[in-house]
Amino acid sequence: MLKVNDIHTFYGQIEALKGISLEVQEGEIVTLIGANGAGKSTTLKTISGALAPKHGSIEFEGGIISGMPIHKVTQKGVIQVPEGRRIFARMTVTENLEMGAFLRSDKDGIKDDMDRVFEMFPRLRERAGQKGGTLSGGEQQMLAMARGIMARPKLLMLDEPSMGLAPVIVELIFETIVELNKSGSTILLVEQNAAMALAIADRGYVLETGTIKLTGPGKDLLQNEEVRKAYLGET
Amino acid sequence: MLASTIGQQLVNGLTLGGMYALIALGYTLVYGIMLMINFAHSEMFMSGAYVGLFTLQLLTNQTIITNAAKVLPFMSGMQSARVFFTGSGFGLFICFVIVFGVAMVAVGFMGVLIERFAYRPLRHAPRLAPLISAIGVSIFLQNAVLLWIDSKAIPFPKVMPVHDIKLGGGVSISTLQILILVTTLVLLACLDTFVARTKIGKAMRATSQDREAAGLMGIDINSVIALAFFIGPALGAVAGVFAGMYYGSVSFSMGFLPGIKSFTAAVIGGIGNLRGAILGGFALGIIESLAAGFLSSGYKDVVAFAILILVLIFRPGGLLGESVVEKV
Repeated sequence: MLKVNDIHTFYGQIEALKGISLEVQEGEIVTLIGANGAGKSTTLKTISGALAPKHGSIEFEGGIISGMPIHKVTQKGVIQVPEGRRIFARMTVTENLEMGAFLRSDKDGIKDDMDRVFEMFPRLRERAGQKGGTLSGGEQQMLAMARGIMARPKLLMLDEPSMGLAPVIVELIFETIVELNKSGSTILLVEQNAAMALAIADRGYVLETGTIKLTGPGKDLLQNEEVRKAYLGET
Repeated sequence: MLASTIGQQLVNGLTLGGMYALIALGYTLVYGIMLMINFAHSEMFMSGAYVGLFTLQLLTNQTIITNAAKVLPFMSGMQSARVFFTGSGFGLFICFVIVFGVAMVAVGFMGVLIERFAYRPLRHAPRLAPLISAIGVSIFLQNAVLLWIDSKAIPFPKVMPVHDIKLGGGVSISTLQILILVTTLVLLACLDTFVARTKIGKAMRATSQDREAAGLMGIDINSVIALAFFIGPALGAVAGVFAGMYYGSVSFSMGFLPGIKSFTAAVIGGIGNLRGAILGGFALGIIESLAAGFLSSGYKDVVAFAILILVLIFRPGGLLGESVVEKV
């Protein structure tokens, strides 16, 4: 479904991605793990069109999407839930969700999906009329995910969804990811919480300073000695 | 005596404030989305006045219509246009709709073009660059009018019968003031509803809050910016036509002072906040008129800018500045 071919992305003179290649098949959960600055978020941003790769290409469903502006990539069904939530602070929860469905015009479908995300996150229904900026961090993350779901993504890319959240909320977020995947969404997940991410992922890629160090099924990576030492805090 | 002065200056202040509010919205719309002060906006007001004037001349000048009919045979039906446009209340209404419509559309597109060629290439440049570009556009437009149209003020024809209506207590309001106030309020209400309720309006708000996240929603940022650069100048153009009608003349430099005052109004209300711009516009118009009535008209600008300084000291975010706590 998604094929990233040897992309190199620069921030000014600094080469943040030094040739990343990866693949996501339809129906999979794929995770990218790695330390701070390894290039995980940069990879997602390059796929979503926020950054343009200097070399290399990105294919989605057989068509090239690298070099397209963000909104065109979104139109293809590649939806990114950005790091740090990035919800619209001065818009209500409902309005945020409506923005998630910006490209859709099927009113009934939008309404159904809104009910669906409210069922997934009952807390959001309670706060439907509240401004996004007044929500707690966990609620904001739920809103960010719900907003992504509203776009009916073919590929949902989540950037650090567990960052800075209480363990209970983290668990809820991961459960939701698994549920979404079961109901047919393909997921590309970037996480610092490697243990949890690998536990739910079909396959994982380990990034280190802009290159892919290791790749394999999630369960295997979870057992891998190097991974356990470097990312799961074992000695 | 005192009450009647206050009353009369309130009426005048509301009229002036309506015009400030229309212009201030242009500053605040663009700032909200681009974080840039469009210093060429005062020239949108001026251009609106000229476009309105020329449209009005075309519609009501018998010589122009007769000549046009000679050259273009299909225009012969227009022979009686002048009578139609100025003869009856209905004709006058149609005339105004055309004049304001043409001014809004023409100046709106001008705004879009200015953004496309003077600001968009500088989108990723340091913030000072588009600001200087804006000042350049302003100087260019003023001098273009000076050079190609006239260096002197041009009288604005009186199309509409203006008479005063007594409100009692020595206070009166003119029919022109009523027209200005009603039109302004209708336009402000339309814009407010547009931004609050429609999908495109919400997309504009989303873009102003987080441009990259808005892009991730599939919103085409360039279209939203272009739209802001259409609406702002279009509203400024309406204020320009009103200024021409109200003060009876237009000139190439007419935009400067109202422009800077409206910018002040936008800052007083909280720049980036639409309702703030409306509130700031009316507040400034009323305060200025009261100052002119009670101190002297020479002091009205001093008072206006003194208010700006006070607001900036005590409420730097403006009266309706953002107060939402943003959690991380």
